[in-house]
Amino acid sequence: MKAPVAYRRERLDRGIKVRSDDIFALAGWPEILYLAGPRVAAAGFLLVFPLLRNWTGDYWQTVFLVAVSMMLAAVSWAFLENVGLVSLGHSLFFGAGGYLTAIAVLDLGLPPLLAVLLGTVGAAAGCAVLLAPVLRLRGVYFSLVTFALPLLFARVIEATKVLGGTEGLAGIPGLGSLEVRQYLLVVGLLSATFGLQRLLDSDYGLVLHAIRDNDLSVRASGIPVGWWKFGAVLVGVLPAALAGAVLATHYHVVGMSAFALDYSVLPLTAAVLGGSGAMAGAAVGAALLVPFSELLRAFGTLRVVAYCAVLVLVLVSVPEGLFSVVRRRYHQFERWVPL
Amino acid sequence: MVDRLGKQFGGVRALDGVSLEVRPGEAVGIIGPNGSGKTTLVNLITGFVRPDSGRVVFRGVDITRTSVEARVRMGIARSFQTPRPFYRLPAFRNVIIPLCSRRARERLGSGFGRREEVALDLLEEVGFERDAAAVTKPASELPHGYLKRLELARCLALDPQLLLLDELFSGMSPAETASLIPLLLRLVEEGRSLVLVEHRLAELFQVVGRVVVLDFGRKIAEGHPADVMAREEVRRAYLGGEVSASA
Repeated sequence: MKAPVAYRRERLDRGIKVRSDDIFALAGWPEILYLAGPRVAAAGFLLVFPLLRNWTGDYWQTVFLVAVSMMLAAVSWAFLENVGLVSLGHSLFFGAGGYLTAIAVLDLGLPPLLAVLLGTVGAAAGCAVLLAPVLRLRGVYFSLVTFALPLLFARVIEATKVLGGTEGLAGIPGLGSLEVRQYLLVVGLLSATFGLQRLLDSDYGLVLHAIRDNDLSVRASGIPVGWWKFGAVLVGVLPAALAGAVLATHYHVVGMSAFALDYSVLPLTAAVLGGSGAMAGAAVGAALLVPFSELLRAFGTLRVVAYCAVLVLVLVSVPEGLFSVVRRRYHQFERWVPL
Repeated sequence: MVDRLGKQFGGVRALDGVSLEVRPGEAVGIIGPNGSGKTTLVNLITGFVRPDSGRVVFRGVDITRTSVEARVRMGIARSFQTPRPFYRLPAFRNVIIPLCSRRARERLGSGFGRREEVALDLLEEVGFERDAAAVTKPASELPHGYLKRLELARCLALDPQLLLLDELFSGMSPAETASLIPLLLRLVEEGRSLVLVEHRLAELFQVVGRVVVLDFGRKIAEGHPADVMAREEVRRAYLGGEVSASA
């Protein structure tokens, strides 16, 4: 009788990966293309798509705008997750960006572009200050606070009728044309994705990873953990706040819906779908999820159910995220070898 | 250096008016039974716990209310009794973390690749050279003895003037401790102050010239190791209950 042969999966780095990764040798175009190709292709798509308005029609251009906004929110979520701050209330950052922009335009009379920048930076600073007292909380306790805050803001606005109450703040002038808004978001997205990834890969990113691992040892190493977390929130909120700010000028109105659960669940789902280990993974997740959710438009608020279904499916089947799987296939080949 | 420190946790008097002075270039051992307040003393000196009474003075400056990070910047470093490495990071990246602190930046500057270089040197110093692969292994895969040495390397990265080592030798093989003792002696020779909390007395006495014995948060003896260990109250505290002279 023949014993059953057991197999294991073997993963080997592709030759080109080995050459361009460990030896730092750029021998020619194949290597350069291999390394830069995916990035350039993705960035190129984002930069070219707004120019195809005649061909795609306005509807898909608006979907593109929303998708890029959610990609920003997802990148923001993934960055904070990498620092050990799991946010369940990203709509807080999103809504803060929107409301502050509205105030800057309507009450301070600033031009829209300036208002968007001020709204973005102001929201990041405001949220960082707001969260500063709870940054020392670890794990699920921090998440619970972030979960409660947007709900709290929405109820306060509803009950006290500040900031336009349930009506919201309307009459926000548009920021240039659709293309201007799209390119502002795309530039923001590209700098956030590559900038934050670079930050995470640097020694500073190492310290941030270490804080997630074990903050006592980081303190014993002479690094003020509180300030570092504060800085991480400040930087990490920026992309989400920018998305909220630009979308406010796009819709000409910002209301309590900016604090809605959708904007908290979507970045989280996107980051899990794409894989939150890499900033680009979160962005890819959102780029897949938003068009998908457009197809479910008829179901209204039931879309949150779809997000949750995607979340559960991905967590069970590809817990590392789609982007991580694709990236691994790009760098390595697999084969089954007998044990 | 430490003046009449006191600390209560609830109804427990963890430390009761303990005074201690450590001079530059001196190594002092702190011994005592479990729960006698040794680790609390380390926590108070390094700022992880604030005292209820008393003062901590470092090089003439009162640092009783100073933060942990500020104390590290002044040159106080500690190791933890149970190693607290960054488990997901490779060993040498563990040492990069303290090298990102303000004290290390002021000393090293920030040249490209400089931190990796210094980190590898430090790991070699504490004895990682025996297993070259250990340097790049995640800390979660390292054996206990290596984690202890990693803890020491993390402290040395801070170029400490006062180094507090909380049970560095516990769980190490005799060969491992023997390889570390010359390093500790050299640190003392360089003019640094060492405070060693230790249960392994034979190894401890090779490094320190003075020991302090704590029992129930009080200092019950201080002096040369041989003299202190000869005292009746120390033997009683250490071995528990009545001890005959021949024990």
